[in-house]
Amino acid sequence: MKSLKEKISESVFLLIALSALSALALITVFIFIEGVPIIAKVGVVNFVFGMKWAPSQGAFGIFPMIIGSVSVTLGAAVLGVPVALCCSIFLAEFAPATLSNLVRPAIQLLAGIPSVVYGFWGLVFIVPAIRNYLGGPGLSILAGSVILAIMILPTVISISEVSLLALPRLYKEGAFALGATHWQTIRSVLMPAAKSGIVAAIILGIGRAIGETMAVIMVLGNAVALPQSILDPARTLTTNIGIEMGYASGEHQEALFATGIVLLIIIMILNAIAQYAARRR
Amino acid sequence: MRVSARSTQMIAKIVIWSAALLVIVLLLAIMIYILLKGVPTLNWQFLSEIPRDMGRSGGILSTVVGTLLVTAVAIVVATPLGVGTAFYLTEYTREGRVTRIIRFSAESLAGIPSIVYGLFGFIFFVIYLKLGWSILSGGLTLAVMILPTIIRTSEEAIRTVPSLYREVSFSLGGTKWQTITRAVIPSALPGIAIGIILGIGRCVAETAAVILTAGSALRMPISLFSPARTMAVHFYILAREGISMERAYGTAAILIILILLVNVVANMLVNRFVARGR
Repeated sequence: MKSLKEKISESVFLLIALSALSALALITVFIFIEGVPIIAKVGVVNFVFGMKWAPSQGAFGIFPMIIGSVSVTLGAAVLGVPVALCCSIFLAEFAPATLSNLVRPAIQLLAGIPSVVYGFWGLVFIVPAIRNYLGGPGLSILAGSVILAIMILPTVISISEVSLLALPRLYKEGAFALGATHWQTIRSVLMPAAKSGIVAAIILGIGRAIGETMAVIMVLGNAVALPQSILDPARTLTTNIGIEMGYASGEHQEALFATGIVLLIIIMILNAIAQYAARRR
Repeated sequence: MRVSARSTQMIAKIVIWSAALLVIVLLLAIMIYILLKGVPTLNWQFLSEIPRDMGRSGGILSTVVGTLLVTAVAIVVATPLGVGTAFYLTEYTREGRVTRIIRFSAESLAGIPSIVYGLFGFIFFVIYLKLGWSILSGGLTLAVMILPTIIRTSEEAIRTVPSLYREVSFSLGGTKWQTITRAVIPSALPGIAIGIILGIGRCVAETAAVILTAGSALRMPISLFSPARTMAVHFYILAREGISMERAYGTAAILIILILLVNVVANMLVNRFVARGR
């Protein structure tokens, strides 16, 4: 028999536990309430595929920013994921204990550095380097990709390392017993076995890259035009909100919330894929 | 040409070691650069005076206070919610639909970009609840943002408490509440503290969500309803608008030192926690 006190404490805990769900619901509802009217007015197709963003003239097309977000994120994945995977293999398989005890906190530190600091560092190092060696204004998709590649490292490294370490020892011993070298074991046994976790890691990394704002604002140049090459400046969905939210009002502000809706939907889809991938074993 | 398994392994090892090296070099390059440029600016005056002339002169005291207050609000609100959720997930229920929904919500919250938190905080706390641009709005927004971190780390900490502790407590006639407060919490405390400290780190580093909810006023905040500018926002504005590079570097250096401190403390706790678990 549960005492009354026990019952009360259990329901209080349940109420607290529902805070995450209520927060998620509130966020979704409020962003949608603010953003949906303008999408309804402009039309979904015109909003998502519209080429012109000129709030003062009532033109709200975010297609160039979708392209901006996608290309910066792809660039970050291309540059960052191979390094991150190598680093997670290093930590899980090659690093001596003393070294991995040094590298792991370093990666954790990398995750803690404020995104504005990354952006600023990119502005003083990466942007001039691109301008001098590759041409263009320097403020570019490439600069954004480099900074985001660094910023997604901790996410991708730690999750894929965990999934490599979670594999049964038997896999490795079996491969060794068959005469495979350590690298052959990693490539043909461990990596395929940890695939679902690694996929989840990459997708969560991509989610981080698409959602990053402040670092990207500082190195991307923020032009609203459709970028023609990776050396062109661009604007992402996040930076569109970050730059204009400070002074927007009325329909303009609603359009920024609508940009947030698009961002939220992309992130939710990525999260769902990552959670699905992580569960599949 | 066929390369032997041994040489392939050699090449792979070289690539993997250099990738790990690259990550460390990048970290050091960023931190050392900011510290070298910023530390010379630091002195007592810089920390103890309020900014003057938009931040061109004077110190950064009001932004330090702003950061502390916003972070404090976030931690005070998020800790009971996060730890309570973790206790519910581990002690009060079996795995099932409810836990799945709660975990899904927490993981989804963790993936939401900070700028979307900013939009939400602006429309919900600043406008709808009429809190205005204030420390309270900023802190509450950050509380929602760090909630998943605190839930996850607390849950892990509670799960590592041996079930023996609970069994002994129950067998001595302890109620559930007594078991949690006297047997589980003391043992899970360092792990819970790690989550809180990581949450502090995220609050200190955050810019996008704070600038839209706490504002960017440079005045010294006088209550939780005052608008405030945090150090990260101050750094962003100084650097982006080119107000004062020297002061931007100084502010960034303090941010880096704070983050370093947060990580060192968290790691010390992790090590103690791991050592005790053995």
